[in-house]
Amino acid sequence: MARLPKPLGVVPLGDLAAYVEFSRTLDLEVNAVAQRLAAAIVARAVPGIRDVVPALGGVALHFDPGFDGDVAKTAAELVELCMKKGLPDADDLGREVEVPVCYDAEFALDMGEITERLKISSEEIINRHVAGEYRVLMVGFSPGHPYIGGLDPDLSMPRRATPRAMVPAGSIAIANQQTVVYPYAISGGWNIIGRTPLVAFDASRGSPSLFAPGDRVRFYAIDRREFEMRKENP
Amino acid sequence: MSIRVVRPGLLTTVQDLGRHGLQHLGLCPGGAMDPVSLALANALVGNPPGAAALEITVIGPELLFEHDTLVALCGAEFQGAIPHNRPLLARAGERLSVGRAVRGARAYLAVAGGLAVEPVLGSCSTYLPGHFGGLDGRALRHGDALPLAEDVSAERFAALKRRRGASVRWSAPPLTVPDREPIVVHAIEGQHAGLFDTAMQRLFFDTVWKVAPESNRMGFRLAGPALARASTDEILSGPTALGSVQVPANGAPIALMADHQTTGGYPRIAEIVSADVPRVAQMAPGATLHFALCSLETARELRRDAKERLDAALRSIAWEYGN
Repeated sequence: MARLPKPLGVVPLGDLAAYVEFSRTLDLEVNAVAQRLAAAIVARAVPGIRDVVPALGGVALHFDPGFDGDVAKTAAELVELCMKKGLPDADDLGREVEVPVCYDAEFALDMGEITERLKISSEEIINRHVAGEYRVLMVGFSPGHPYIGGLDPDLSMPRRATPRAMVPAGSIAIANQQTVVYPYAISGGWNIIGRTPLVAFDASRGSPSLFAPGDRVRFYAIDRREFEMRKENP
Repeated sequence: MSIRVVRPGLLTTVQDLGRHGLQHLGLCPGGAMDPVSLALANALVGNPPGAAALEITVIGPELLFEHDTLVALCGAEFQGAIPHNRPLLARAGERLSVGRAVRGARAYLAVAGGLAVEPVLGSCSTYLPGHFGGLDGRALRHGDALPLAEDVSAERFAALKRRRGASVRWSAPPLTVPDREPIVVHAIEGQHAGLFDTAMQRLFFDTVWKVAPESNRMGFRLAGPALARASTDEILSGPTALGSVQVPANGAPIALMADHQTTGGYPRIAEIVSADVPRVAQMAPGATLHFALCSLETARELRRDAKERLDAALRSIAWEYGN
């Protein structure tokens, strides 16, 4: 087994949260370690810690307001202890999530710009997007909003120079070597290639978020008719 | 059993202490912007600190009570007939009108037994961006009926009267409402402070910031000089917390409040200490504040002091109930 990386440091996010940082750039291996560490911390059910948040480059811990200690010191000690005891295997974490996507032009709002920039046909972009093996690196920004890693490097492109004022809910978009799914209609700058009929976050469901950190994701293409049939209402 | 909403006010929502343990799914805890005032209001009517109550913002509602109901209003000072910081028995058929805030921005109206809205993901808090929690995930409207959990008002009011006679002449201390402006907000250095040069960091702490009108429960935008970054390299999107102060490309800082995003890609120049977040929550648009740099150790001491003050106030209120 590969040696575990050491954290770069522990950054206090105020006096009731701390971020254990492993990397300042996107590194899928490091991200997997962050998720394994988060799972190990959650399993310990440490009193005073009420949120364990795996992020792209590390793990954030949020403490109860009644916590009396030093968040940075407590986080550092906890991480050292967990890493020493060994972390759960990445393969044992997360679920398999299959996501139907309609890549029709009506939904693929940025496909024209993408094909122009990458010099790849829209069919090929769809084929490559569907072929990818993905993992949820982080869920954040807004409820159920996943950052999904594993995008074909040939599809890599930056975010749009000017963000869209309103991205429709369910939009599937790419940028920064990742795919995102917009759970809500919000403003956003990622390049939109399709739309899923699934609702990514529904507070009334037992499991509100379609995606959780560590989930393995597969996208598959559906046509417009199937999109309508499978359309979920929040 | 319910309270009828005659006039909703500017932004009146049901809030408790929020939903926790879901930030890994991108859901912020939310809850009362000023949980200290929520706890005081609840204590005054004999509730536990986190019972669901109304968060009233800048312009208050008018409410019609259908039954005798023990209520208390804490936090910001509002015009109107409701005495602040003490329990009050609203009689059946009585209308109580909360006017405009004159000091602070948010008050909490607690009712004995709490509001009985259905919890969503473990909390009664209204989360406006997600349209869930509280009353159908939205602010109060004219004609709404606020359900009450249990009929304990008469019994609790009787307990109060036994202690002090017919009238209630004592009051709880306002702990979060500013006496004068600008208020001093303690903050520790943010992870990305180093992306700003020394002059810009100094400017952040020297400036008297004004809370901008486009502030809301998600974040307070601060108007003042633009904070330019020394380097404009993109930073990896990372976790944020309640009180994080991030600086987007336009250089105008945003202090993240109760309904904040859980992660973000803007540099965080500072982190407001937990003891001062409820005080910031009491800043209405146009109110002024300045930041004072402190250490994590000082932040921890401020947290202990604030907790002691609140606990002492809660104990003295509990005494009035004979607890």
